[in-house]
Amino acid sequence: MSDDSAMGRRRWLGLTAALGAGLAGCKHEAPVAEAELSQLGKPVSAYGERSAFETARRTLPETPTPEVASSRTPLADSCGILTPSSLHFERHHAGVPKIDPAGHRLMIHGLVDRPLIFSLDELKRLPSVSRIYFLECAGNSGSEWGQKTGGTAQQSHGLASCSEWTGVPLALLLAEAGVQKGAKWLIAEGADACKMQRSLPVDKAMKDTLVAWGQNGEALRPEQGYPLRLVVPGWEGNINVKWLRRLKAVPEPYMVRDETSHYTDLMPDGTARIFTFDMEAKSLITFPSGGQKLKSQGLYQITGLAWSGRGRIERVEVSADGGGTWRESKLQEPRLPMAFTRFDVGWNWDGKDAVLQSRCTDDTGYVQPAKDVLVGVRGLNSQYHCNAIKSWKVTMDGSVTNV
Amino acid sequence: MFRRQKRARRLGLLVLVAPLGLLATGGLWAQSPKYGLGRAPSPEEIRQWDSSVAPDGAGLPEGSGTAAQGREVYANRCSKCHGAKGEGGDSVALAGGQGTLKSSKPLRTVGSYWPHATTIWDYLNRAMPFKNPGMLSRDQVYAVTAYVLFLNGIVAENAVMDAKSLPKVQMPNRNGFVADPRPDAGKRTMR
Repeated sequence: MSDDSAMGRRRWLGLTAALGAGLAGCKHEAPVAEAELSQLGKPVSAYGERSAFETARRTLPETPTPEVASSRTPLADSCGILTPSSLHFERHHAGVPKIDPAGHRLMIHGLVDRPLIFSLDELKRLPSVSRIYFLECAGNSGSEWGQKTGGTAQQSHGLASCSEWTGVPLALLLAEAGVQKGAKWLIAEGADACKMQRSLPVDKAMKDTLVAWGQNGEALRPEQGYPLRLVVPGWEGNINVKWLRRLKAVPEPYMVRDETSHYTDLMPDGTARIFTFDMEAKSLITFPSGGQKLKSQGLYQITGLAWSGRGRIERVEVSADGGGTWRESKLQEPRLPMAFTRFDVGWNWDGKDAVLQSRCTDDTGYVQPAKDVLVGVRGLNSQYHCNAIKSWKVTMDGSVTNV
Repeated sequence: MFRRQKRARRLGLLVLVAPLGLLATGGLWAQSPKYGLGRAPSPEEIRQWDSSVAPDGAGLPEGSGTAAQGREVYANRCSKCHGAKGEGGDSVALAGGQGTLKSSKPLRTVGSYWPHATTIWDYLNRAMPFKNPGMLSRDQVYAVTAYVLFLNGIVAENAVMDAKSLPKVQMPNRNGFVADPRPDAGKRTMR
């Protein structure tokens, strides 16, 4: 377990060796030429586009019904902690509705003193907050339960993204409506074709849930719930109801399809866990990761993302020998609760086979488990909420694959 | 609720200890609603929007249907994706699978997995058929619900499903769900 030997330290941070190897691996490149200066560039534009040289995309599934499907964020192409709205993962149950915000309303009713209907304009007149939170589908990394794991970071972990969300605290709206004593749950309903709904505990609604209209400095994207959605920090994606139009305060959960048939975790004894809301601490190395290639031996920065639905990431350790020894990784700032945290650590690749892993610890003391530990407790039928340590194998030719 | 009560107590304390401050600011510590935005929906607006159905049957509307009546609607609207007998096809199986939940190949269907019959009504009503959600009448939703239950051997072909009888249907996996016990793996003391 311990890797504090002089050998270990040299392998990880031996800068002299790393630099030497890096220089040794350096090939002669053509001299840098002067850029063409005479041609004018493009004029100013009304809504920006990325460089034509940038090609990161969400992966699309092959399915006859893409309206009930998901697309995945290219995490290996990401930098920092924010996901561009255009690359935020999608999961829809009846397609993306086209909603005119002028006609959209949010109704709050049920066990409240004052049932209320808000227009978007009215909601925006209330005090708002902006918070950076990750959002992760409960089914993210579902592939990792099986023998055939995801081949790239996008395939295995791409149902997670991180945005700055702007909106009004749901607690404020509930205070306006006067939630009654017997109301323990809210039934949240969207305005998509299937009127998707979930039961949300009032305690969580009062604690930190947002009714959001903004994402990354502009209005929500239609795929993310335009014009209004729930943001339930740290909890499984499905409960962050998009296209939000109704909240009904009730005494008990309604046991709707998406909290009984779906998003419940089947255990080896045949029982199933229900209302497994927290997305537990999880990390992923995004470089080097599956599908990438190291061109030469020498110094690299291993980097990746860590997050926990229960709080802040306190620690990320990285292993290059399949979990035999671990090295503390640097955590970049900002390090926000229930948000992506970026980590990186210098690594001198000696050109030999290596199995890279990361494991994170959150501020509750919870440590991301190895896959066999998780499977030992939950078996292989639970489908959802997989947060096992992910392994990437670097082979002698520099290629990186899933193992 | 607990938090709200605590806050109410705190506000009450402020009212006691800071009456002068309140007077000076023009009584801004008013009782809620604090912002007074939004409007009250009419009972008709609430009735139109509120389609949610609870396990105890709250929200189930008038109407009724039997499996015999649901057979034809199912054949026309559901069988293409879910199979003639609910065995599945382009979409998930609705019937079968009872006794498989502990096996290496569990089959989660309405009959083997769903804990409440009211959920079938609610989901059919709001989300099915996939391409035309909301097209079925209330009686048709009751009838197709009855038919799916019948395919699973849970109700008889002529059992009438309505707002009273549906919540009383005993689903085979009614007691199969347990509360979240996590953290269950990977828990360790901070070093």
